[in-house]
Amino acid sequence: MITIDNISKSYSGTRALKNISLEVKDGELYGIIGPDGAGKTTLMRILMTLLLPDSGTAEMNGFNVVKDFRKVRQITGYMPGRFSLYQDLSVEENLHFFASVFGTTPDKNYDLIKDIYYQIEPFKNRRAGKLSGGMKQKLALSCALIHRPQILILDEPTTGVDAVSRREFWEMLKKLQQKEITILVSTPYMDEANLCDRVALIQNGQVLEVDTPDEIISKFKRKIIRVRSDEMYRLIQDLRNYEKADSVFAFGQYVHFTGKGDEVEPAELKKFLEYHRHQGIEAETIRPVIEDVFMELMQGENNVGTKKSGIERSIMDERRSMK
Amino acid sequence: MTEKIIEVQNLVKRYGTFTANDNLTFDVFKGEIFGFLGANGAGKTTAIRILCGLSAPTSGKVKVAGFDIYKETEKIKKNIGYMSQKFSLYEDLTVSENIRFYGGIYGLSIKEVKKKESELLARLDMAQARDKLIAGLPLGWRQKLAFSVAVLHDPKIVFLDEPTGGVDPITRRRFWDLIYEAASGGITVFVTTHYMDEAEYCNRVSIMDAGKIEALDTPENLMKKYNAANVDEVFVKIARQTDREDSTTNKLAI
Repeated sequence: MITIDNISKSYSGTRALKNISLEVKDGELYGIIGPDGAGKTTLMRILMTLLLPDSGTAEMNGFNVVKDFRKVRQITGYMPGRFSLYQDLSVEENLHFFASVFGTTPDKNYDLIKDIYYQIEPFKNRRAGKLSGGMKQKLALSCALIHRPQILILDEPTTGVDAVSRREFWEMLKKLQQKEITILVSTPYMDEANLCDRVALIQNGQVLEVDTPDEIISKFKRKIIRVRSDEMYRLIQDLRNYEKADSVFAFGQYVHFTGKGDEVEPAELKKFLEYHRHQGIEAETIRPVIEDVFMELMQGENNVGTKKSGIERSIMDERRSMK
Repeated sequence: MTEKIIEVQNLVKRYGTFTANDNLTFDVFKGEIFGFLGANGAGKTTAIRILCGLSAPTSGKVKVAGFDIYKETEKIKKNIGYMSQKFSLYEDLTVSENIRFYGGIYGLSIKEVKKKESELLARLDMAQARDKLIAGLPLGWRQKLAFSVAVLHDPKIVFLDEPTGGVDPITRRRFWDLIYEAASGGITVFVTTHYMDEAEYCNRVSIMDAGKIEALDTPENLMKKYNAANVDEVFVKIARQTDREDSTTNKLAI
């Protein structure tokens, strides 16, 4: 279990974490979801005893991250965001090195890493620095697991990784979870929230929301209307100019629209778009996704940002009308 | 969209025995938003470096902005813009210094740079931030500025290499507003991304795998062809197919 109680941390005046409190249960696959600069790495480094909090406390399976730091290090595995293995040691040498640091051997815990390590075993004599991105990731995960940790902390393991490798990585995590390891993982990809048991959405060092992905979506009360037409760019512009529009965001081939006071109906939008001579119009109310929730919460947290964006938007619109 | 801004015919790039780009053929048109997708290590970076005039192909015919990739690399560099997530603006220079620096690099005269600078600052509503260091600016502003600087010299085409990685969902979408705007003004946008929803904002996307272009079409046509609900599924279908081939080669290597 991980208990985080009122943790704050500043770097030369910038508050990276503001009174963060979270609890990760035993055996949970828990996601910290947020963009760059949200405070994900700072929080993980505090839990890994690599950084001291300014205030607040945290415990890993009952051990305090400041007082019992040695114990904490023994029971946790850590995969930092930046590849941190020895580039000029071979795959096998890295694994042996990390095992010996923790006073164990690769053989002793091989069952734990077998599913992951066998994929890179054909390259065991290759230097770690010469591995492809996907293989580096698998080696780093193997090294983080080699001492059979009770808790695994993964800092943005899927950032910059292609869509297929991302899926495979999550499949590996699901398997590890069945081996009764508590997993805390961070990611900037909102869609990955759905793969976690519970998630904390964070932004600017603050927790916006904590729950299961399903509950977060059920709690979200805004009416999201999914719209499309054959001209995406014009569709976005026209919808933004609609007087009853609250937010208009592109979502792949669709636009997600919320109306002021959630009073706009799909039929009404269709009429509006027909009037503006759009073709191939679709509009329907849909169940929101995590990204909808995140954006709504972000705007609530960050009023200054929203005001600015209003100005920015109106400037862009003015320019368009001048053309 | 008939004027070709990029013409690639049978492009091959080898490093020793490794073929990074295996006979690529495609065109990109004026004002088009062209998504360049592929798995890690598929050969995207190699291809982009060639298109930017930074590396010569082993063989094949390539023209960018009407210039030949073998003989006219300097002209190509003057007619393209480039921005990536990792490298764009100098953090310890001010907004104004960055604009002037890039203006100089692109060979604009001092007079032109001055004019562009005031235009740009007014347009982005950043006049009050002109003497602020980049390091202190909010991410959304930095991104806007980085993009505007990349097209400061009115290039025919701008290359965006994972411009939105790790960026929050609202800033990410605002960035795409800029892309749409640039494209509607006639600039060709060549973009890579790992966000598959962004792939769907492109007019056409190509999907590279193991050095080859495995698919190239509009997002709608790709979804139809691969019987997929979105581009993410198309991508997974294409890349997983080759994965199997990979594991066979691995076995042979053992």
